[in-house]
Amino acid sequence: MAPWLFYFFATVSVACSLGVVGQRNPMYSVLLLIGLLISLAGLYVGLDSPFVAVTQVVVYAGAIMVLFLFVVMLLNAPREDVAPGAHLPIPGGVKVYGTILSISMAVMLVWALSRLGVVPFVEDPQAAARVESVRDIGVMLFRDHAFSFEVTSILILVAMVGAVVLAKKTV
Amino acid sequence: MPTISPSLVFQLTLIAVVFFSLQISAAVLVYFERKISGWAQQRVGPNRVGPLGLLQPLADIVKLIFKEELRPKAADKWLFYLAPVLSATTAFAAFAVIPFGPPTTFFGLLEKPVPLQVADINVAVLVVFAITSMGVYGIVLAGWASNSKYSLLGGLRSAAQMISYELAYGIALASVLVIANTLSLREIVDQQSGVWWLFDVIPVPAWYVFLAPIGFFIFFIAGIAETNRAPFDFPEAEQELVAGYHTEYSSMSFALFFLAEYVNMVVVCGVTVSLFLGGFYMPGLPDWLGPVWFIGKLAVLLFFYIWMRWTLPRYRYDQLMDFGWKRLLPLSIINLLVTAAGVLYWS
Amino acid sequence: MITLNHYLLLSALLFSIGTAGVFLRRNLITLLLSVEIMLNAVNLTFVALGRFNGSVEGQIITFFVMTVAAAEAAVGLAIVIALFRHKETLSPDAFTSLKW
Repeated sequence: MAPWLFYFFATVSVACSLGVVGQRNPMYSVLLLIGLLISLAGLYVGLDSPFVAVTQVVVYAGAIMVLFLFVVMLLNAPREDVAPGAHLPIPGGVKVYGTILSISMAVMLVWALSRLGVVPFVEDPQAAARVESVRDIGVMLFRDHAFSFEVTSILILVAMVGAVVLAKKTV
Repeated sequence: MPTISPSLVFQLTLIAVVFFSLQISAAVLVYFERKISGWAQQRVGPNRVGPLGLLQPLADIVKLIFKEELRPKAADKWLFYLAPVLSATTAFAAFAVIPFGPPTTFFGLLEKPVPLQVADINVAVLVVFAITSMGVYGIVLAGWASNSKYSLLGGLRSAAQMISYELAYGIALASVLVIANTLSLREIVDQQSGVWWLFDVIPVPAWYVFLAPIGFFIFFIAGIAETNRAPFDFPEAEQELVAGYHTEYSSMSFALFFLAEYVNMVVVCGVTVSLFLGGFYMPGLPDWLGPVWFIGKLAVLLFFYIWMRWTLPRYRYDQLMDFGWKRLLPLSIINLLVTAAGVLYWS
Repeated sequence: MITLNHYLLLSALLFSIGTAGVFLRRNLITLLLSVEIMLNAVNLTFVALGRFNGSVEGQIITFFVMTVAAAEAAVGLAIVIALFRHKETLSPDAFTSLKW
């Protein structure tokens, strides 16, 4: 994948995720997450996985995010955040503590990855062709992982019934 | 800096040609919609502006450009202007993978033949599906950002309708994929290029509509619901909700929604033609005239769209959702099973 | 030259941004969105490692992750709606007592 393309998508995804986390308006957060999902789809295409990229756009950005958007619009989610953690005994409150925790986690992950050494991608076209073939995905999904596939269908059914029961108005 | 090669120039020309043809097709559709609606209602339709009223779309566009651009004060500025942009962008982008001509060397100017298709992707069918499902956001955001109850209701209903019919759309699509065994639109079209001999005497074009007629039927109906056209246009019906999600839009933003709706129609018809009606192939007739046959088949399907709008009464919203979930979706699943069984049996 | 490290680093960064969102945001819906960011970062790791190993296993796992994310989003949002109906607020600080 051309380096400038990777850096473009990487910058967009990091910017969108920072926007999701830092944005006051929940509507904008949802739209920025959609931006993140689409830039990740671009990265997947660069990784020779167009099927996952398209599935991500159809399922994740096209259906799950519509669900989020509907709920934001239904609840008319308020714009402002309540002031966090004023009653906690830590000086600075939740914000400082949370920021320190997440930065330390990021530092740990980066340190762990740096011990990996530089690992270049295998450049042979056969690996790319193997990963790209939709037929192989289908065969492996329905033959080797057939049980997990059936279990996920039951999971979705349970989630559907559960969501309907939870959100029902108790009259 | 990429070197300016003939294929790059050809690619850019192709993009420009497709882009401008889609805009012209939207204008042509506006003209024919008004003319055909006139004939269906026993009147003449526009005939004052230019000969036979042919310059009417131009007059419409000029009027729309000169109108005042209004925005409700409490509307969210960013989302208000993002929504029509999103609608129009997804509509145009979806046409990028539809093949409308056979591989051509363009009178020998290129070294190797290039298919007449903006992007030849080998998961093209899913890409069209993905871009169309992103088009829902234009409508939802338009409904929300206008900050008015007609728009919000229209936007929510329209979005719910679109995502409901996407299921039947996708499963009818899957029934064609079972027969075609590939996800690339160009290969599906290439597989329909021949002729079958019925009883060894009657030639029948090798189109998939004859192998999966119910799939074609479901796909066509789901396509009409996807583009919010009658009889499924309750969310933007003039009599019911003022104008639904684009009530508060005027001038160029409205023009963008208008454009997006007609280009969406062209895209859905284009996908139907490529999947079921043989794309740009006409058996027995020269292949290099591919785009002409493609436009001809598109014209037939679009005529059906316009004809249905002015003939059939509108579905009420709950009838619409009932039809989508309880009738079209089970039918499409059964169709998929029957098609898969048929493919297994006859191969 | 884009190596595997680039993708893993990006994924680690996205994961920590998602975690920061879960810690810092006081809005239930944004909390769920941050969880979605974390799931997507994991998806990216799987696909990158799958491509590195030359097998489709990475992509298959992403399907399951996406399915689980869909189910979790649906149920999570239903819970958010039920909570909102009860207390008219979307802040998790309001739901601190175990009694309904």
